Amino acid sequence: MRHFDYARAESPQQAVAAHGSDRDAAFLAGGTTLLDLVKLDVMQPQKVIDINGVDLDTIERLDDGRLRIGAMVTNTALARDERVVEDYAVLSQALLAGASTQLRNKATTGGNIMQRVRCPYFRDGVSACNKREPGSGCAAIGGVNRTVHAVLGTSDNCIATHPSDMCVAMAAIGATVEVQGPEGTREIDFGDFHLLPGDTPAREHALEPGELITHVVLDAPLEGNRSAYLKLRDRQSYQFALASSAVIVRMDGNTIREARVAMGGVGTKPWRAPEVEAALKGKTASEALFTDAAKLAFEKATAYSQNGYKIPLGQQAIVRNLSDLTAA
Amino acid sequence: MSDKQQSIIGAGVPRIDGPDKLAGRANYAADNLPPNMAYGYGVFSTIAKGKVTRIKVDEAKRMPGVIDIFHHGHFPSLYRTPSSFVQGNKVEETRLPFEDERVYYEGQFVALVVADSFENARAAARHVEVEYASESAVANLAQGLEDNGTQAGGGHSRGDAASAFDSADTTIDVTYHTPVETHNPMEMHASVAYWDAQGNLTIYDASQGVVVERNALSKIFAIAPERITVHAPYIGSGFGSKLWTWPHAIATAAVSREVGRPVQLVVPRQQMFTTTGHRPETRQRMRLATDGNGKLVSLRHEAINTTSFTDQYVETCGSVTKSLYSCPDLTVSHATTQVNRGTPTSMRAPGAAPGLFALESAIDEMALAAGVDPVQFRLDNYAERDESQDLDFSSNHIVEATKQAAERFGWHERNPQIGSMREGREIVGYGMAACNWEALKRPCDARVSLRADGTAFASCATQDIGTGTYTIVAQAVSDVTGIPVDRITVKLGDSSYPDGPISGGSWATATTLPAIAGAARNALDELKRYATGSNGIFAEASADDLSVADGALRYDGKQASFAEVLDAARYGSADGEAHTEAADSKYSYRSFGAHFVEVRWDPGISHLRVSRVVSAIDVGKVINETTARNQVEGAVVMGIGMGLFEATEYDERNGRPVNNDYAEYVVPVHADQPEIDVILLDYPDLAFNEYGARGIGEIGITGLAAAIGNAVHHATGKRIRELPITLDKLMDDVPQAQSA
Ligand SMILES: Cc1cc2nc3c(=O)[nH]c(=O)nc-3n(C[C@H](O)[C@H](O)[C@H](O)COP(=O)(O)OP(=O)(O)OC[C@H]3O[C@@H](n4cnc5c(N)ncnc54)[C@H](O)[C@@H]3O)c2cc1C
Ligand code: SF4
Repeated sequence: MRHFDYARAESPQQAVAAHGSDRDAAFLAGGTTLLDLVKLDVMQPQKVIDINGVDLDTIERLDDGRLRIGAMVTNTALARDERVVEDYAVLSQALLAGASTQLRNKATTGGNIMQRVRCPYFRDGVSACNKREPGSGCAAIGGVNRTVHAVLGTSDNCIATHPSDMCVAMAAIGATVEVQGPEGTREIDFGDFHLLPGDTPAREHALEPGELITHVVLDAPLEGNRSAYLKLRDRQSYQFALASSAVIVRMDGNTIREARVAMGGVGTKPWRAPEVEAALKGKTASEALFTDAAKLAFEKATAYSQNGYKIPLGQQAIVRNLSDLTAA
Repeated sequence: MSDKQQSIIGAGVPRIDGPDKLAGRANYAADNLPPNMAYGYGVFSTIAKGKVTRIKVDEAKRMPGVIDIFHHGHFPSLYRTPSSFVQGNKVEETRLPFEDERVYYEGQFVALVVADSFENARAAARHVEVEYASESAVANLAQGLEDNGTQAGGGHSRGDAASAFDSADTTIDVTYHTPVETHNPMEMHASVAYWDAQGNLTIYDASQGVVVERNALSKIFAIAPERITVHAPYIGSGFGSKLWTWPHAIATAAVSREVGRPVQLVVPRQQMFTTTGHRPETRQRMRLATDGNGKLVSLRHEAINTTSFTDQYVETCGSVTKSLYSCPDLTVSHATTQVNRGTPTSMRAPGAAPGLFALESAIDEMALAAGVDPVQFRLDNYAERDESQDLDFSSNHIVEATKQAAERFGWHERNPQIGSMREGREIVGYGMAACNWEALKRPCDARVSLRADGTAFASCATQDIGTGTYTIVAQAVSDVTGIPVDRITVKLGDSSYPDGPISGGSWATATTLPAIAGAARNALDELKRYATGSNGIFAEASADDLSVADGALRYDGKQASFAEVLDAARYGSADGEAHTEAADSKYSYRSFGAHFVEVRWDPGISHLRVSRVVSAIDVGKVINETTARNQVEGAVVMGIGMGLFEATEYDERNGRPVNNDYAEYVVPVHADQPEIDVILLDYPDLAFNEYGARGIGEIGITGLAAAIGNAVHHATGKRIRELPITLDKLMDDVPQAQSA
C-alpha cells in the first residue's frame, strides 16, 4: 500500500500546525474528492491531516446579518439549514442539485470549494495535463471535451470547468472565505478565491500551502430577494452541470432593482457575470431583455472541439432562470 | 393438476434469492476469501497499439508484500482454446494474456502483480515501469475503414434489391451510426482461483456461463474438464460482458498455480471499458423503397462494425431486418473493420439493439416519405411468415401487440404535424417502433431430487444473473410436483451440476425449464416405483394408477406425502435427471412487440426527456409475471440510456477511452425513468417448448432507441441518425471551434 502519515486534528490550530507548509500534506474533510484521487494515484499526499474533529461544523448568523458557515458543515446540513432555505434559496438548491445524497452527507463546505476538476485527462494519470504535470500539455484541447470543459476563462494551458454547484451560488450571493494559516488568519473575497488557469493551471486557488479554510461568510441577503439555481445536464440527476445559473433578483413590480448572476459548467471558475447584472439593473423584466443580457456573458467565450453548444446553453440557463424568477 | 398447481406458472412469485441478497448472504465472486489468499492487480497498457519494449519490475518487486510479478517474459505457457460455440469452449478474445509483447488496445494487461493484500498489489503495480514502442492507433470506425477497409461478416439476400430500388416510386437512402457502449454491470468482473494438491482448479468467477468457462479453461490449461469447477452462484448483472471468459480470469487461474495459493483479482472499473468487451461502434446504410401503395419493395441493410485486431466479432445488425417485414427484394450484409480496441462482445440484444435503431428509424423515415402513418405503415408491411427462411412463425402476435400498445398509448391523439403538440413550454413528440428477438433453445441437462424431509432439490449448471432464474426453476418443480416453492432448493451457477446453458440470448428460460420439468417427472416416476415396490406404501398398485397432487401421491382415495412414501421405502430421495434437445427447425421462432414513446422537448433550455413508454411484448408464455415485467422495464430503461446518453468516447488521436467511469459514462438514473406501462401478451408458443415460453431478457431494449428518435423527430423535426441523441445535437446554431 502507498504509505502516508495520518494525523487527527482537534482544532484548527492543531490542523495548521500538523500541516505546516508541506506541499505534500493534505487536509481530509469528507474525503469524497481526496480519497477518490488518492485511489486513482492522481493525488499522492505523504501526510493526511484529518480535520473531522476540528470544531467547525456550525452555522451562525452574525450581527451584521451575514451568515457564517463552518468549513466542516456538510453539504446536506447546509442545504437543509432553515436560514439558508429562507434567505439563500439559490444556495440550498445548488447544493441539492449536486452529486448524490450519500456524497452530500459526507462532503463539506470547505471540501466543496476545494474540489478538483473532473477532467478525465486529469484523472487518468497518463495523458498530458498541465494541472497534474505542469508543462506536459493539455490533452482536453482537441480531445474529448463535451461535458466538463469550459468556454469562459480558458487558456491554451487548461480548459477544465470548476465543477462545483455550491460555489456558483456563493459567487452570486457574495462571500468571504476565512482562512487560518501558519502566519495567522486572513480573509479572501470569494471572487478572488478561485484562480483562472492562465499560464499556471496547477495553481487553482488563493490558499498558501498549509492554509485551512475555517469559514465561509455569506454576504447579508438582499432584502426581499428571490433566488434560484437552474442546472442543465444530460440526465436528470447525478451529473455535473453542462451549464447552470444562480440568479438572485430584487424586484419592484415588474422592474428589476437589482440582479446577481453567476454560472456553472461553463467557466474555469465559478463565474460571476457582472455585465449581465448591469444590463438588467433598473430595467423592466422581459424575455427580450434577458436574451440580450445573457448574450453579454458569452462575448468572450471560446468554443472547443465538442463544447460550443455551451455558449447558447449557458444563455438559456440564465434566461429561463430569470423568466421564472421575475414571473408573477 | 389442481388449479393451484396450474397457477404457479405465470404467477408473480417473489424471487426466492431475494432475502439472501438483501441480507448480504449472497456471495458474489469477490466475496470468496479462501484461506491464504493473495491478491492480483493488473498493470494496463497506456498505449493502444505497439509493443512493450521493456518491463522494469525490480523496484516493484521489493515493495512490501509483493509475491511475484508476471508479464510476457515471465508467465506460464498456456494453450489457446479453439473457441468454438458448438463445442462450448468459446471465448471472445482468443489471444492469451501475456502471450507476447504486442499491444492491441489501451487497457490491455501488460503485467500482473501478486501480493499479500489488495493495497500492496495495487501500490506495486504502479511502480512497474513499462516502456513501449508506440505506433499510431486506429482509433475509431472511420479510421478503421481507412486503415484496413472491411472484412466480410455474412448476410442474407433474396431477389434483386438494387433493381427494385431503382424502379420504385419512393426511396430513402440514409446512414445511421451507433457508438461503442460499455455494459457497466454494477458488479465488477472478478475471479478467485485456487488449485488443490492434485492439480484440480476451482474458480469463482463473475460468469454468465460456468460450463463454457470450464470447457474453455480445460483447453487453455490442457486438463480434463472434470478437474475444473467454476462457481458463479450470484452475478451482479452482466448484460453479456460476463458470457465468455476474459483474460483476467485466465491470468488469475494461471498465476494462482504459479504462486501456489489462491489468488483474487478484481478488474478495476476503468479496465471494464477495455478488457471485458463492449458493444461495438456501427455504421449502417439503409436503403428502402416503396411502391405507390406504401408497400416495401426493396430493403437493403448494410452494416459495418468495429472489431479488434485479434478477433473478428460481427454485430449482426441485420438479423431482424431479414424477417420482420415482408419484402421480396432484400439484402442484409455485415462487415467488420479493425480498430485498436479490445474485442467486442454481445451486449443485451446484440445485433438487434443497434440494428433496430437503424431499421425502425428508417421505417419511420420511409413511412413519412410515403405519406403513411408510421403505425399503419408497419401494419401494412409486417411479414406474415419468415421470408428469409421460408418458414412459418411458430407464433406471432405483432399486429395485436402494435394495436394494443397504440390504443393504450393514445396514438390516435397524435397530430402528425411536426412540433404541433405543445404543453406549456414543452413540445410533445410521439414515436413508436417494433421490437423483435430470435427465440432460441439449447440442449440442457438437469437434476431434481424429491427428498425424505418433504423438500425438493433442483440443480442445473446455468446461472441466475439477477433475472429470476432461481425462482422460475422452483416454479417449474412446484408445477410438476405440487411442492410449494418455499420447500424447494434450487442450485445453479456451478459447473459440476448437470450441463446447462449460458445466461444469454434470452434462452435460459426456454432451455432450462423443460429439462427441469423432465427431471422432476423422472423423479416422480422413481418415487412411484418406490411407492409400488414390495415394501412400498401402495404396494398393491401399479405406478400408472398413482396420481400426484400437492407433494403427495394418491391412489384409490388414499394419499401419502412424498416424505411418507420415501420413509416407507427407506430411501433418502427419489432422483430424476433429464436431457432436453435444442429447438427444431420446423418453424421460425421469434418474439415480437412494439414500443410507443412520448418525449418532451423544452427548446428554451434544450431539455429532452422521455416522459412515457408503453410496450406490448409477445414472448409466448410468461412464467413469472413479476420478473418478466421487471425484465422489460429494465430493458426499456437501458434503451433510454442507449437512445439519450450512452457512448464510450475514445480520443481519436490515440484510441484511449476517456469517459471510463460511472460519473462520466452516463446511464439513466431513477429520475430519468418515465412511467413505463408493459403489456405482456402471454400466448403460449407450444411448438417451441412445453411451457410455450420464449424468454424475455433482451427484446425490451430492441427498437426503443428508434422509438425515441422517431418521437424526437415528431417533436423537433430533427432526424438524429447518430446515437446518443444528446441535447447539443438538437440545438440550433451551435458555435464551432475556431481551430482543432
Ligand atoms: C461521483 C461524484 C459526483 C459529484 N457530483 C457533484 C455535483 O454534481 N456537483 C458538485 O458541486 N459536486 C459534485 N461532486 C463533488 C463533491 O461535491 C466534492 O467531492 C465534495 O464537495 C468535496 O468535499 P469533501 O469534504 O469530501 O472534500 P475532501 O475530499 O475531504 O477534500 C477535497 C480537497 O479539499 C481540501 N480541503 C478539505 N477541506 C479543507 C479546508 N477546510 N481547508 C482547506 N482545504 C481543505 C482537501 O485537502 C482536498 O484537497 C461529486 C463528487 C463525486 C465523487
Ligand atoms: S483541461 Fe486542464 S485538467 Fe484537463 S487535461 Fe487540460 S490541463 Fe489537464
